Amino acid sequence: MARQEKKRDVVIVGLGWTGSIMGMELCNEGLDVLALERGGDRDTVPDFQYPQVADELKYGVRYGFMQKPRKSTVTIRRSESETALPYRHLGSFLPGDGVGGAGMHWNGHTFRPMQEEFELKSYVEKNFGKDLISDDMAIQDWGISYKELEPYFDRFEKVAGISGYAGNLNGEIREGGNPFEAPRSDEFPMPPLDQTVDSNMFADAARKMGYHPYHRPSAVASTSYTNPYGMQLGPCNFCGFCERFGCLNYSKSSPQTCILDALKRKENFEYRTNAEVLKVELAADGKTAKGVTYIDANGEEVYQPADLVILAAYQLHNVHLMLLSGIGQAYNAATGEGVVGKNYAYQTNGGTALFFKDVDFNPFVGNGSNGHVIDDFAINQIDFGKEGFIGGSYISSGTFNGQPIRSMRLPADTPKWGAGWKEGIKDWYGHSMAIGSHGSNMSYHSNHLDLDPTYKDQHGRPLMRMTFNWKPNDIRMTQFMKSKIEPLAESMNPDIMQSSFKSEGAMYDVRPYQTTHNVGGAIMGTDPQSSAVNKFQQSWDVHNVFVLGASAFPQNIQYNPTGTVGALAYWAVDAIRKDYLPNPRPLA
Amino acid sequence: MKKLIKIVAALAVLGAVAIGAIIFMPFSRTEPLTELPAYYKVPEGHGKYVMRMADCKACHTADGGEPFAGGRPIESPLGTIWSTNITPDPENGIGNYSLDDFRAALYDGVEPDGTHVYPAMPYENYRKMSEEDVRALYDFFMNEVKPVAKKAPETDLAFPFNQRWGLRLWNWFALGDAGHEDFYDDAVLNRGAYLVDSLGHCAACHSPRNAIMAQDGINADDSNYLAGGVIDGWLAPSLHGENSAPAKWSEQDLHDYLTTGRNSHNAVAGEMSQVVGDSLQYATDEDMTAMVTYLRHINGKSPSDTVAVANDKDEDANAAQDETTKLLASADPSMPLGPRLYLDNCNACHFVNGKGADGVFPEIDGNSLVTADTPNGLIDVILNGAVLPSTEKRPARLAMPDFGHRLSDEEVAELATFVRQGWSNDAPAVTADQVAAIRAKTH
Repeated sequence: MARQEKKRDVVIVGLGWTGSIMGMELCNEGLDVLALERGGDRDTVPDFQYPQVADELKYGVRYGFMQKPRKSTVTIRRSESETALPYRHLGSFLPGDGVGGAGMHWNGHTFRPMQEEFELKSYVEKNFGKDLISDDMAIQDWGISYKELEPYFDRFEKVAGISGYAGNLNGEIREGGNPFEAPRSDEFPMPPLDQTVDSNMFADAARKMGYHPYHRPSAVASTSYTNPYGMQLGPCNFCGFCERFGCLNYSKSSPQTCILDALKRKENFEYRTNAEVLKVELAADGKTAKGVTYIDANGEEVYQPADLVILAAYQLHNVHLMLLSGIGQAYNAATGEGVVGKNYAYQTNGGTALFFKDVDFNPFVGNGSNGHVIDDFAINQIDFGKEGFIGGSYISSGTFNGQPIRSMRLPADTPKWGAGWKEGIKDWYGHSMAIGSHGSNMSYHSNHLDLDPTYKDQHGRPLMRMTFNWKPNDIRMTQFMKSKIEPLAESMNPDIMQSSFKSEGAMYDVRPYQTTHNVGGAIMGTDPQSSAVNKFQQSWDVHNVFVLGASAFPQNIQYNPTGTVGALAYWAVDAIRKDYLPNPRPLA
Repeated sequence: MKKLIKIVAALAVLGAVAIGAIIFMPFSRTEPLTELPAYYKVPEGHGKYVMRMADCKACHTADGGEPFAGGRPIESPLGTIWSTNITPDPENGIGNYSLDDFRAALYDGVEPDGTHVYPAMPYENYRKMSEEDVRALYDFFMNEVKPVAKKAPETDLAFPFNQRWGLRLWNWFALGDAGHEDFYDDAVLNRGAYLVDSLGHCAACHSPRNAIMAQDGINADDSNYLAGGVIDGWLAPSLHGENSAPAKWSEQDLHDYLTTGRNSHNAVAGEMSQVVGDSLQYATDEDMTAMVTYLRHINGKSPSDTVAVANDKDEDANAAQDETTKLLASADPSMPLGPRLYLDNCNACHFVNGKGADGVFPEIDGNSLVTADTPNGLIDVILNGAVLPSTEKRPARLAMPDFGHRLSDEEVAELATFVRQGWSNDAPAVTADQVAAIRAKTH
């Protein structure tokens, strides 16, 4: 028999970016809010304190801040014909764990999608015809427009304190910014950061080819900054320990630096760590949630009643909890029925490495969001009909990390160990750079999430099963990027150049790190038959459950997801405050 | 010979009579400064506000203890003084105090049974409190504080300081008249002076102590008024004079420092963290403006004066500043240990120019904690780190990590000496023994 705790107005599952935003905004409404975080507590000091946190082996290689597969993982297969196996060693993606979630170990790239991306299906059909969308493809419109979300992007960027330069300010195209971006209503809160050698070389080469380089929008502070909650960031020192680390310097935006100390002051807020939610408990009719059940730090099962349940866990865990709790109908890939688990998508990336004997890149200087970017081959710049694919990429170059172990790029013919390897390191450490493409990934009927029939987690719950593979459309897209990046790289006259782009027949490989941009599974939309949540991130079936985060993306955008995740959270909480709380009901 | 004995005997008798008089003469408490009308009611919320401005909580609450239940050790040169339980518990607290008893404790430092409290309780300052504020405080403690039935530890000082009757003598010497006189024709300045001198009891730390350890400089016309003091080896910097913060900083900087614990130059550390965290952050804008205006006024600044942004230091100081910055920026591996340790430990936030970043990373160059005559505060912060209090306007508990675990006493001494003499700083060197002493004391 589970212990029962005092009922709360709101229970939030997960205390990362979206959980912190919800906590702050709902506490400001006067609600009694409890956040449950499955991992431990984390704060800048002592958990990210200088210099202990700059330990690449512990955190960069051994994943000190990530979820532990023995406690929580998924099973993965590439098609219905394979048997899914547990993801026992982290590789391809790295979900976070603990207060701050993945929002503390990210790099800080904070883009806004193009307006066309929110209406992708309609955009393709209107401009290139329905035939371009293959039968297996499951792309959808989001049910929300860029224009509707714009104020919420602005809000999130001010809270997170983003550095950058607006290329489209209220319709005015400005030199030095991204001319292809959707209009912004305001400047970035901070000016862009200084750039490293590779980033500037790339920008020069791109300019010469007639492209339009701009500074990557960055959740790494270029100056002192105070956000609307009074929280503060200090200027980055380019130590290069962003990705996989908490920031030791109060320079990287995270729930810790931007929200949590302000939230913890509130008397109507409480959070419990090492509290892993097992299930959302539904009322007998299944139309509302009564609360959640979780396992506390002592392993005891606790029933926590609440009027409003916010799923603010990582994308995979949000979908898993919905499947385990029976919120919405589970997706069946064979019949195409059901919505929860459909449209799982990822990110289609590639890159070219350039080696220059005579250039010193000082790779120990960098920051997670360093770099110049071009959007000349982004979604609204490509003739999909002519090129034969749907999608696009941004192309960029910069030094994200100054971490020695993972920053020893070597020519392909260098031995992997021994004297030859040492020789290669001697010759090439600090003499290379890379140009990468970061691209969209479409959704497909066959790429999806469901409950695994075999494997169970430590609490006896079925693991979630991921069925995912690369598809020809996205491979054509990434090959197109290769055809644009290689001439650009060649124009820079490197001594050696080597490319790595997925080619025809490529299969998903879970071992090498690719990106922690897992999306979909509880997608938003305008129709309960084809989406799990409405445009306000509210479950179609259980109206007092809101599901935040990238699980709502119907397919993946060409950009990093956090800016959109943050904007959607502010959008959803605005609807909760203004519309739902006065009259709790399905909002759409 | 006989005569001498007679004289000695006479003196002894006189002395005994005098001591007897000091001990046994009935003590007369200070009367209320004003008679409030019978219908007077404390305005809603005023009691809590006065408590905050007087910062009762900081001393009367132990770390992790119940609010106002006492038990916080106050280190004094005489030994440890334990703060008392001032919750309305009748047995262990002040539940049986009448308003007159309460006022006598605030004004005269006397408990209802005639026991004198040690002047760690700043009744030298609180005796300037208005009757309205005394009433408000009394009302707050009697009605808004939860009684805690727990005895605070007895203060047990060594002889002769355990002879509390001696405090009657001390009081005769140390205490001025009760009440606060309005010196100015300006209501803002009068309010500022009242808050600084009475409730805020700033002089308790920021004025030096005289030969009998009384506050030397309690009124604006005292020569040592707010001229700087030392608390447990930490400098409580001067608030008066050319190099003091109120003279150097802008109105906004002072306002920010006092309400949020941080500004574009510096951040609070040590005892001042509590003052900001428990007290000053709650000051109304009006009251904070009054305090800031007053502190600037006594330094010859009017509200319209802006502080010159240009560095008015002499050329030598500017050259020294550049020299240190260049040395650090050179990253030359052969540089001396002090600057090398700075690069390896401090530079990430405070940067090569020692200027840090506004509101987040304090300046090292020209920082009063860094250049204090007594380096205890600086050593403590290097060894143990420091955390800013969370305040309403700036909630972030920005923290400097501790470096004691990775730096030896010798290294801390080298580093501390470097920052005390780098840029335009010019303070005496720190020795490894000084570091060892602070390490032993704070661990």
